[in-house]
Amino acid sequence: MISLAGRDILHGWGKFVLTGVGLGLLIGVTLSMAGVYRGMVDDAQALLDNSRADLWVVQKDTLGPYAEPSSLTEDSERPIQAMRGVAQAAGVTYLTMQIAHGDKDVRVMVVGAEMGEPGLPGQPTHLISGRQIVRGHYEAVADVKTGFAIGDRVKVRRNFYTIVGLTSRMVSSGGDPMLFLSLKDAQAAQFQKDSDAIVRQRARTDANPQLNPPGNPAVAQAVAAIQSGNSNVNAILVTITPDADPDEVAAAIRRWQRLTVYTRAQMEEILVQKLIANSARQIAMFLVILSIVSAAIVAFIIYTMTIGKIREIAVLKLIGTRNRTISWMILQQALGLGLIGFIVGKIAASLWAPFFPKYVLLLPSDSILGFVAVMLICTVASFLAIQAAIKVDPAEAIGG
Amino acid sequence: MTLPFTMSRRGWTLLAVLVPLLLLFAWVAFRSGPLAPVNVTIAQVEERSISPAMFGIGTVEARYTQKVGPTAAGRVTMVAVDVGDIVVAGQLLAQIDPIDLDQRIDAAAGGTARSAALEQAAVAQIADANARVVLARSVAARTEELKRGGWVTDAMVDQRRQELAAAQAGVAAAQANRNAATMDRGRLGAERSALVEQRANLRLVAPHAGLVVRRAVEPGTTVVAGQAVIEIIDPSQLWINVRFDQTQSAGLAAGQQVRIALRSRPDAPLSGIIERVEPMADALTEEVLAKARFTITGGLPAIGELAEVTVALPAQARSLAIPNAAVHRIDGQVGVWVVRDGDLVFAPVRLGAQDLEGWVQVLHGLTRGEDIVIHSARALSASSRFSIVDALP
Repeated sequence: MISLAGRDILHGWGKFVLTGVGLGLLIGVTLSMAGVYRGMVDDAQALLDNSRADLWVVQKDTLGPYAEPSSLTEDSERPIQAMRGVAQAAGVTYLTMQIAHGDKDVRVMVVGAEMGEPGLPGQPTHLISGRQIVRGHYEAVADVKTGFAIGDRVKVRRNFYTIVGLTSRMVSSGGDPMLFLSLKDAQAAQFQKDSDAIVRQRARTDANPQLNPPGNPAVAQAVAAIQSGNSNVNAILVTITPDADPDEVAAAIRRWQRLTVYTRAQMEEILVQKLIANSARQIAMFLVILSIVSAAIVAFIIYTMTIGKIREIAVLKLIGTRNRTISWMILQQALGLGLIGFIVGKIAASLWAPFFPKYVLLLPSDSILGFVAVMLICTVASFLAIQAAIKVDPAEAIGG
Repeated sequence: MTLPFTMSRRGWTLLAVLVPLLLLFAWVAFRSGPLAPVNVTIAQVEERSISPAMFGIGTVEARYTQKVGPTAAGRVTMVAVDVGDIVVAGQLLAQIDPIDLDQRIDAAAGGTARSAALEQAAVAQIADANARVVLARSVAARTEELKRGGWVTDAMVDQRRQELAAAQAGVAAAQANRNAATMDRGRLGAERSALVEQRANLRLVAPHAGLVVRRAVEPGTTVVAGQAVIEIIDPSQLWINVRFDQTQSAGLAAGQQVRIALRSRPDAPLSGIIERVEPMADALTEEVLAKARFTITGGLPAIGELAEVTVALPAQARSLAIPNAAVHRIDGQVGVWVVRDGDLVFAPVRLGAQDLEGWVQVLHGLTRGEDIVIHSARALSASSRFSIVDALP
């Protein structure tokens, strides 16, 4: 049996392949857009995964620490540590800031985590080079996206930190790479004022007769000491024992410590449903429009391809080719075009994904869904062309 | 092979385009994205000697600080020294306004002199009273003589006896007056001495030789009791008040050698020694406090300057050791990923001492020569596909 479609494609293969590549690039853009959306959600998930926590204990009645500011005293972790079902509890601070690196600024999220023993919640989960923080101060582990290299010294507020390790995929929900410091350093970075502010604060204190009563100079000194010290954290990350139920432990902490507690599911909802909801919906909307546009373009391409061959189809009809054979030929060509388009699109999306500034996650399930959608669109689009082909009058082959 | 069409030159060209495309597709599908194997670097578990070390930060402090100030409220009239001056023990530092103290000393001196005069007057009164007694006694004796001759009445005798008794009482009164005047002179003298002492106390003098580090007030300022006017330190006795994280402070003891890097000169470390580990730790910051004594070279460091203190503990015997980047905690267990027969296995381990280069002792759970994963491009799980590379990224 002779394949009509194969022969036809072979006849003008250059045009066919180029059309397929063009279509592929369009599909690639659509796949990338899906990848951008997935990446956005994955960034939010990565933040939760990296913290390795089962529960987030935050300031009462706040959505902290990612969606809202939250501040609680560092020693709140101690009573939590003693509660039933709690395996570990560790304070953590998050602060997004600009850090000068060379002649440009890098936006990072400074994460302060307890570094005393390996594997405490909040520490980087894996390293791609270097080592974990050992010294209690002035060492840092950076995400590779910051562009820092091991041995670099970066300045956070007034202190210099040596980069001792690099990690990857450690980003904030906004996609900013993380910089891990020891908790005390990060507290200093977050809450310590610059020298000028401290000096001005002291002057203000001295000028206030209530804080600096005449005849008792010790009061002003005590007030200054209180103003410059800080031992707050943004959240306490809690891991629970394997036999404990996160909801029960959370309820116990809420009841007895009178703090707000979020479980992993609640935190995911806060991050995905609240924090990135608008930008994610924006992308999703764009994705829908792009898919519709792609489908329309595919339909037009197949239709014009068929109309371009209308004389040949008339000849086929004239020599007695059955409508079924002609329909099958058009469908085969449409599917072939879709296949090439999908392959090129997938390759293109995978190749350019790493160059996006934010993470682009191309899920295999999305690719399969995309493939099915492309094939479906091609089939539907070919119906239009088949309709036109079947309606053609065989006389057109010799007419005109 | 039967082809649906005879393979023309076009057919081959089409294949030449499609086959590489398919190959590229397959490569892209399985070597990138979530299905791609995780790149890891591995190393063999080896024996090495760990030299554990502790790292703390602290501030330069003077071991002895004297805050010199008045014991009573007063106005500073003069400050004799300035910051940076070297003073000797007993040197005048500042003077507090005595106000009326000098006048009160003069008044006390006048009071003493008056008491002395009163005492002299009392002595004269005693002599006068004694003379009266002698006269009264002789008159009384004579009257009794005359009575025996019947020349005077009994009433006359009684009167003379009464006069004698009165003269004797006058003597006792004069003696008491003299005693009172003597006591009064003593009291006023003591009061004057007290005022003189107080006057001397208004001179603020250096209790020890040292360096003036603070001149807290200027002349004319009123200070309260106990408020520091001048601060003196002993510049030969400086130490670092250093804080170590409690989790990393095991083994910290007095007498250990330390390396001290001052913030102003991080590249010229000083050597020192742990003078003592404080029995009281800081409960709030979860730190252990210690004092590190050091020898000063190249100028006095600023008091309060930040310093990094590294304590090197004695090297331990060679044992299995791994980089801390390999250590993970999964489901509450500390362990490392081991490559066994081409598969990833999470091996729980017990860890020992750690050095400042990130090497950590393995006490249990690994054997020498085993391949362990050090770095990985993503977090691993037991089902992760992996490919071993020399270096990441």
